[in-house]
Amino acid sequence: MSGQGHDHHDHHHHDNHLDPMDARVRALETILTRKGLVDPAAIDAIVETYETKVGPRNGAAVVAKAWADPAYADWLKRDATAAIAELGFTGRQGEHMQAVFNTPDTHNLVVCTLCSCYPWSVLGLPPVWYKSPPYRSRAVIDPHGVLAEFGLVLDPQTKVRVWDSTAELRYLVIPIRPAGSEGWNEERLAGLVTRDSMIGTGLATAPEAA
Amino acid sequence: MNGPHDLGGQMGFGPVAPETDEPFFHADWEKRALGITLCAGAMGHWNIDESRHARESLHPAVYYGSSYYEIWTRAVETLLKRHGFVTDAELAAGAALEAGTPPRRVLKAADVPAMLARGGPCDRPVAAAPRFSAGQRVRTRNMHPTGHTRLPRYVRGKTGTVEAVHGGFVLPDTNAHGHGENPERLYTVVFTGPELWGDAADPTLTVSVDAWESYLEPA
Repeated sequence: MSGQGHDHHDHHHHDNHLDPMDARVRALETILTRKGLVDPAAIDAIVETYETKVGPRNGAAVVAKAWADPAYADWLKRDATAAIAELGFTGRQGEHMQAVFNTPDTHNLVVCTLCSCYPWSVLGLPPVWYKSPPYRSRAVIDPHGVLAEFGLVLDPQTKVRVWDSTAELRYLVIPIRPAGSEGWNEERLAGLVTRDSMIGTGLATAPEAA
Repeated sequence: MNGPHDLGGQMGFGPVAPETDEPFFHADWEKRALGITLCAGAMGHWNIDESRHARESLHPAVYYGSSYYEIWTRAVETLLKRHGFVTDAELAAGAALEAGTPPRRVLKAADVPAMLARGGPCDRPVAAAPRFSAGQRVRTRNMHPTGHTRLPRYVRGKTGTVEAVHGGFVLPDTNAHGHGENPERLYTVVFTGPELWGDAADPTLTVSVDAWESYLEPA
């Protein structure tokens, strides 16, 4: 046992000791550790990465830069992998990036109907709903209905383009820059960019609500 | 395979339930399941396609009754057994009982940042010219392989338009089964709502998938 993050042997109050998955995963980690196949400290490091380092703030920085810098937005359209790597965001589940830009006519929505493909390098780990059957089944057939469940009611005339992530391309939605944010610097702009706005289940926050 | 994972257009699962301020993990075991899955994969004995296929090969009742980290856990157990690292007896006992396959690599904590930053690029050079071009009408094959594929059922046998021609990518259909990477060109193909869902479809809707060349034929 090593590391303070290796906390599954501790007795935190929120542990559910009736959960059979808790016992199952503990047993698996014990076996793999004893056999020298898995280093518990490596697990800690992976968890810490996605709890503290890699998350939607990365994607928000990309969006804010695209809003503030037309040359960057153009690069992002042509070669999102390189443009995003320029900001230091690379790696697992972000190896092949595509940026898709919302317009007044067209709203983009990203889903993975077959599993849970998601751009980890810019958004971190996907939320539970993104991986769950209700979203995966309906995003491609009833996107307006799905968006309404997020409180997002689009003009019925707005075209919805759904990107089903069936291969290794990972999609980042670039939401429309909200009115009233003129002259803001990238840091302030990034504060308007929600995770859901980069999946397409939301819009960027209006400045008056930020 | 026509498995439980292939969810596009299925009905009856109810509304989406977004959570306010969703935590990164809902239980500590989910953290360990994520880490075990990545560490076990880093041993280098299987690839992401075999891993996905292990998940979609769960019995449908199990798949639909499981959270996503439970699906991952069950699948990584399958992979560890298949490749000789653990046995059913060990999983039942919760203890290491015998020596198994020696690992090619073991991921150390110090190497985690580099491993995650590197990822696992799946693009590969393809010498042949693309068979299809942007703007071309194509039809997806009506195919129902029993093994792994990334062509969802709801787009099979449908006519769409090539929107983008990409480079070569590892073909999951063979790579998942140890039959080689066989890289093929990838295409973004866009379909109208009515093509996929009939006359009652949302008229504002278009849907794209990323399809390997062998998934497509000229329309």
